[in-house]
Amino acid sequence: MSELTACERLDIIRHKGRPTALDYIPMIFDEFFEMHGDRLFGDDNAIMGGVASFRGTPCTVIAEVKGRNLAENQKCNFGMPHPEGYRKALRLAKQAEKFHRPVICLVDTAGAFCGVDAEKRGQGEAIARNIMEFMTLKTPVISIIMGEGGSGGALALAVCDELAMLENSIYSVISPRGFASLLWKDSTKEREACNIMKITAEDLTRLGVCDHIIPEADGGAHNDPQLTAEYMAEYIAAALERNKRKLQKGLDELIKGRYNKFRDVGEFEELPLSDK
Amino acid sequence: MLEDLFSVVKERFNGEKPLDEKTEKTEKTKKTDIPKGLLFKCPRCRNVTFEEDFQKNGKVCPHCNYHSRLTARERLDITVDKGSFEEFDKDMISKNPIDFPGYEEKQQALREKTGLKDAVLTGTALIRGEKIVIIVMDSNFMMASMGSVVGEKITRAIEYATANRLPVIAFTASGGARMQEGIVSLMQMAKTSGAVARHNEAGLLYIAVMTDPTTGGVTASFASLGDIIIAEPKVLIGFAGRRVIEGTIRQKLPDDFQSAEFMLENGFVDMIVERKKMRRVIAHLLKLHKQPEEVTGNE
Repeated sequence: MSELTACERLDIIRHKGRPTALDYIPMIFDEFFEMHGDRLFGDDNAIMGGVASFRGTPCTVIAEVKGRNLAENQKCNFGMPHPEGYRKALRLAKQAEKFHRPVICLVDTAGAFCGVDAEKRGQGEAIARNIMEFMTLKTPVISIIMGEGGSGGALALAVCDELAMLENSIYSVISPRGFASLLWKDSTKEREACNIMKITAEDLTRLGVCDHIIPEADGGAHNDPQLTAEYMAEYIAAALERNKRKLQKGLDELIKGRYNKFRDVGEFEELPLSDK
Repeated sequence: MLEDLFSVVKERFNGEKPLDEKTEKTEKTKKTDIPKGLLFKCPRCRNVTFEEDFQKNGKVCPHCNYHSRLTARERLDITVDKGSFEEFDKDMISKNPIDFPGYEEKQQALREKTGLKDAVLTGTALIRGEKIVIIVMDSNFMMASMGSVVGEKITRAIEYATANRLPVIAFTASGGARMQEGIVSLMQMAKTSGAVARHNEAGLLYIAVMTDPTTGGVTASFASLGDIIIAEPKVLIGFAGRRVIEGTIRQKLPDDFQSAEFMLENGFVDMIVERKKMRRVIAHLLKLHKQPEEVTGNE
């Protein structure tokens, strides 16, 4: 695997030919029926979901969608979901639970959309609800960060049994630009931010957040989307198999494992003078 | 109880009267040198009050009823039965997971300044004799952003409540995730929400009280997951920062945007309760949620 800096990877994932969920879904799944709407407010094109077949196994796919051109981007709001997108995702995840099929989440967003309507419809609540419900969802969940995993907008689809990242993808608490503007009040320092934030797949493996790194085609997924899709499919096949085995030990084990995966993240110490 | 509820609703309507012109003018005329600590300038209505009067009023703006920030200790003092607070994990401090430059020094300086180890106090306490697990965030420590310590202490507190079948009362206040801990801070959202999920599945009561400011990753995790969500009047509640949204839409937002009242109107807060009534309202709600077997003795 290549040794690139976070900054160089940022350039790769921002390449205008970077494949998106719209490219990958037909390459990875034999069938895909898209399902629309959250049944509460509307349909959000920034999140696409539906029932699919993966090598003959029924599964639910939920993907954050970035556009490949301006028209697509206008339709999907540049991949930044509104609350109804997250609520649609939750509805489909609950449906997957009902029909005992695994959920595969494809994450690719700069973040949840920041706007007046998003606030009015409860962006915070929608994300919180997804995090809580996915934590106890009674079916396996696999999440793959494909490009940008931006903050809570990514986490809302990344509470899972296994988290994988494409080799060049990043996953961060805030976008590098936001980080720079928040801490240094200077959003032009994006590249400096990138390199100290620890956001690459390798960094996150070290921090215990990422479980698997999926290779991309040489030089980045845009050089060979089909090959990258094959790598993803291989990973999905293996992950589904692992989760099936986990499930044989019982649903409780699966959910306990998911809880502990997140429970264990955190770095603190308790001073020896503690009397508790 | 009902009276309480009605008065809360009534106050909400009264509180929404537009500012009268007189108060708006004072803001422009005051520009003289005033010694620090003498006056309180309200961030919501921008009116000025003598600090002494503001303190006497329970740190509530007498002009617009904005409920200003309290330290975690002050909050505990007005909320729980005297002397009943037993603190958990009082000596837990954060490491520096992403080796962020200057993070240790910053924390050390704040520990000395605030007397806090990090931005949250957790423990058990009594409210009118009812045992609860209480979580109180303190915005004086790095704007109560959620890093490893905040996440771990809150998770442990909720887990304790689940194991001992106790209700949880969380006073939230936070600028969101703690940037200096990178992705580790984002994971605290999942961790705390996971603990809420288990407490919820055990059929136990969780009341979230949103205080100034409840934003970002805390709004997008455990703060929004209460069975009952209470807010203090006029406090800031939201997901994205105001400046971020203004940058997105390129226009100024109205003053009441992301206030407790805005959240109530849009359906994300159950009720707005004044500080001086908070303890009473919580005590009543606790009583109404007592498990049947505790009421009848055994069943």
